[in-house]
Amino acid sequence: MDVLYFAWVRERIGIAREKVETQAATVSDLVAELRGREERYAAAFEDVSALRVALDQELADFDAALDGVREVAFFPPMTGG
Amino acid sequence: MKVLVQAERFDLGAQNAAFAAGHRDMGAIVTFTGIVRDLPDDPLVAMEIEHYPAMTEKAIAAMAQEATERFNLGDVLVIHRYGRLEPGEMIMMVATAARHRRDAFEAATYLMDYLKSRAPFWKREITAKGAAWVASTDEDEAALSRW
Repeated sequence: MDVLYFAWVRERIGIAREKVETQAATVSDLVAELRGREERYAAAFEDVSALRVALDQELADFDAALDGVREVAFFPPMTGG
Repeated sequence: MKVLVQAERFDLGAQNAAFAAGHRDMGAIVTFTGIVRDLPDDPLVAMEIEHYPAMTEKAIAAMAQEATERFNLGDVLVIHRYGRLEPGEMIMMVATAARHRRDAFEAATYLMDYLKSRAPFWKREITAKGAAWVASTDEDEAALSRW
């Protein structure tokens, strides 16, 4: 699946998007996998309460299932308007 | 309903005039314009707005649709910019048309509250001291609970 990062999540990880091969069942499982990869991922996902997630461009919860999802995006709380 | 997500500046007068035209059955039009505000203690050089292109328009259209149903709008317009903006530049505008003013005002407030916390934009303020991401506030999130 495609995993996208925005704002300071993108800055901490150092890339805007990447392809991830995973068997993770939920967003939280995916976060645990990513966190275990390298220090920069651990830094970005240190506090998931400070993060938001979208699955195929729709806001979702961290316990949401990844079954059939093609695009996951992680970002800080939005500051539009 | 019209939703525009763009880097370019927009012409507020022309947008207002075009929106107001052709709504003979709508008695009220409310517009809100968001401006890049300078910082009192640490002058702002620019504001950079990042967004999630695949999601932005879709998310705003969903909010506009919800507002239309909830407040009986005859029409709604949202323009939101991204990229690098200077102090005093217009960031975004919302216009709502309804039969009566209360609905038009409420719908504009509703849309602003949702755009602030649910549209995928992230603002970064650039000053002489450096750059900092704008943090969301508890007030922004609390504003949604009244809807």
